[in-house]
Amino acid sequence: MSKDTTTISKSFFPPFGYAAKELVTALVQTFLSPFGIVAGIIVVLGLVLTVLRFTGGLATVTNLSDYNAWGIWIGFDLLTGVALAAGGFVTSAAVYIFGMKRYHFAVRPALLTGFLGYSLVVLALHYDVGRPWRLPYPFIIRQGTTSVLFEVGACVALYLTVLFVEFFPAALEWLGLKKVRGLIIKLTLLLTIFGVILSTLHQSSLGALFLIAPSKLHPLWYSSYLPVFFFISSIFAGFSMVIFESTLSHRYFAHKMDETHLKGREDVALGFGKAASFVLAGYFTIKIVGIAAGNNWYLLGTSYGFWFLVELLGFVALPCFLYAVGVRDRNLKLIKWAAVWTVLGVVLNRLNVSLIAFNWHLPSADRYFPHWMEIALSIFIVTIGIIAFRVIATIMPVFYEHSDYKDLH
Amino acid sequence: MPISRRRFLGWIGAAGVGATFGNSAHAAVNKHYKGYPESFGVLHDTVLCVGCRNCEAGCNKVNELPPPAAPFDDLSVLEHKRRTDTKSYTVVNRYDHAANGGGPTYRKTQCHHCLEPACASVCFVRAFTKTKTGAVVYDASVCVGCRYCMIACPFEIPTYEYDKALSPRIMKCTMCHPRVVKGKLPGCVEACPNEALTFGKRNDLINIARERIRRYPDRYVNHVYGEHEMGGTSWLNISGVPFKHLGMREDLGVTPAPELTAGALGAVPIVVGLWPVLLTGIYAISKRKERIARAEQEQAVAAALTQAREKGEAKLSEALEKAEVKNRTAIEAAVKKALEKVAETQTKEGS
Repeated sequence: MSKDTTTISKSFFPPFGYAAKELVTALVQTFLSPFGIVAGIIVVLGLVLTVLRFTGGLATVTNLSDYNAWGIWIGFDLLTGVALAAGGFVTSAAVYIFGMKRYHFAVRPALLTGFLGYSLVVLALHYDVGRPWRLPYPFIIRQGTTSVLFEVGACVALYLTVLFVEFFPAALEWLGLKKVRGLIIKLTLLLTIFGVILSTLHQSSLGALFLIAPSKLHPLWYSSYLPVFFFISSIFAGFSMVIFESTLSHRYFAHKMDETHLKGREDVALGFGKAASFVLAGYFTIKIVGIAAGNNWYLLGTSYGFWFLVELLGFVALPCFLYAVGVRDRNLKLIKWAAVWTVLGVVLNRLNVSLIAFNWHLPSADRYFPHWMEIALSIFIVTIGIIAFRVIATIMPVFYEHSDYKDLH
Repeated sequence: MPISRRRFLGWIGAAGVGATFGNSAHAAVNKHYKGYPESFGVLHDTVLCVGCRNCEAGCNKVNELPPPAAPFDDLSVLEHKRRTDTKSYTVVNRYDHAANGGGPTYRKTQCHHCLEPACASVCFVRAFTKTKTGAVVYDASVCVGCRYCMIACPFEIPTYEYDKALSPRIMKCTMCHPRVVKGKLPGCVEACPNEALTFGKRNDLINIARERIRRYPDRYVNHVYGEHEMGGTSWLNISGVPFKHLGMREDLGVTPAPELTAGALGAVPIVVGLWPVLLTGIYAISKRKERIARAEQEQAVAAALTQAREKGEAKLSEALEKAEVKNRTAIEAAVKKALEKVAETQTKEGS
């Protein structure tokens, strides 16, 4: 194979033939592994359900109703997906803006998961909205600028582009296109700042989506601070996802990692764990301020109040504490579990706001519970993400520095 | 075009007058939006409603909706609470008040046609329009099908064609906008046999409602539902029982829906304006820190090097000195030895 490379790279064109071959090999290898077989089954099932969705409509595959217009494809795939894909912007901001260069090696995996995360959010939306080919309409046909959803859509579309450009150098290194890569690397700071602005806007406006419905969302979750809550929680969601993914990557991609990456794991866990603990503490405080601002203390004694406390104490205060202890004792295992717990807490929060505490005033017969096919399609979309991550991390320099580009950044 | 002094002063004067009068006039009016003047509405008097479902039939007919599950003269459907759906823009429900000693009350439900509709404010393709007739109408030709309008509507009115795979629409009452612009009555109003529904200018309807309440204070609750709810609606209700007994929410408040998200949207320019400055500042600070750290490091290294060099030189000279002393002693010893040897040989030769 090395012979092929040299002959091709000597020619005028970059080695796309070789790249295509590598891509196909990686795909085949992915699907031939034990993981690949399970993933393959999920993908086949997902494709069947896709056909059902686009022939029978949402009524065939979901439990959505006129009372419950949004289900888990919005509550989980969109709201949670975007929050958990925040690792890209927090890591690149930490490294390129705050100058924490020792985490530099963690940027690429974080950008890749961010990019895939947002891509999957957009893919999931194609299932959820009625006429997916009209998704560009808000930008090209008629702009509904009074809608928070317009802001979300514009920022997500732009940020997906930014993430693509930010991660693109990895693909260019793989393809051997040095000049273009150099050009994009020069834009790093600009892209990072742009990414932070866009993330601030859409992470917060996902919370702001629900400001329109004070009569439907339980007062403990409804707050004029919702945008702030969503933004702040996306920061610790990002930190925790980076820690969580780094644990997984070190288990499954250790053979792909260079020295810096293998050695840096502890650094990232300790640094990001500490940061997450601080942000969680801040979030806990502003959540309390939120209760005080709405003067909703009396509601804490109700059953929804109990559930609210489960979220706030069990999934915010507890992981904050676990992170702090883990960092103090340099206990990587504890930090890892704190990260998993925090991620679950963010999932719980987004489901609470969009589904569990939403429409709380309705009788139970009118409430929503997802259809198994909705859950299956969500799993299908997550699976596509994992497959894409595996393939890209196999063929592109994600966990190591490409030998031709060392010290070039 | 040459600008003469006179012309210039004229412009300034005009601008000044415009600014003064324009602004003061603007400032003088209450900025509170009260809906299009002269817009229409419907008053539903639940005291007069007998629950005959004729309005449902009329609506179905003029809007060419599919035939109902149960025929419109079948009143057994009133046993269960129903809501609007894709096949019915309006439904009548019965509410029993045996506890209050009164008979049942019927209430028709449909789009309330808010003066500042939540559905229109949240639609990112502006598929909803509040028309000058008062009707809130929907344009399916741009609708993406995100269903945010259904999330936003405080009255839970918009419905969605979940069973259509590729062309689902939002379905809701249009206040018969196409008929109203032709000078006809809405289908439901036309079909009502008991004048429980009155169509007219919204301002007139409020006066009529007030008049009825004033004339029959024992029959009506002293409230016109929709006059202020959610900033006011074109559809108004008066009732003999508290509205919450008719499944109508009394906790909606008087804030028009767009105001609920205005603050969050107003934060966008703040973020866009502040973040780049702050972030570039943070970047500059971290760069500067780095540079200072590097300079300090270099300085320290240089200092250490000088110190080491001085120390080394001192050591060297000391060593040299030592070596010299050693050498001298060695030479002296050697000379001494040689001299001794010479002396020895001389004595030997002498002897």
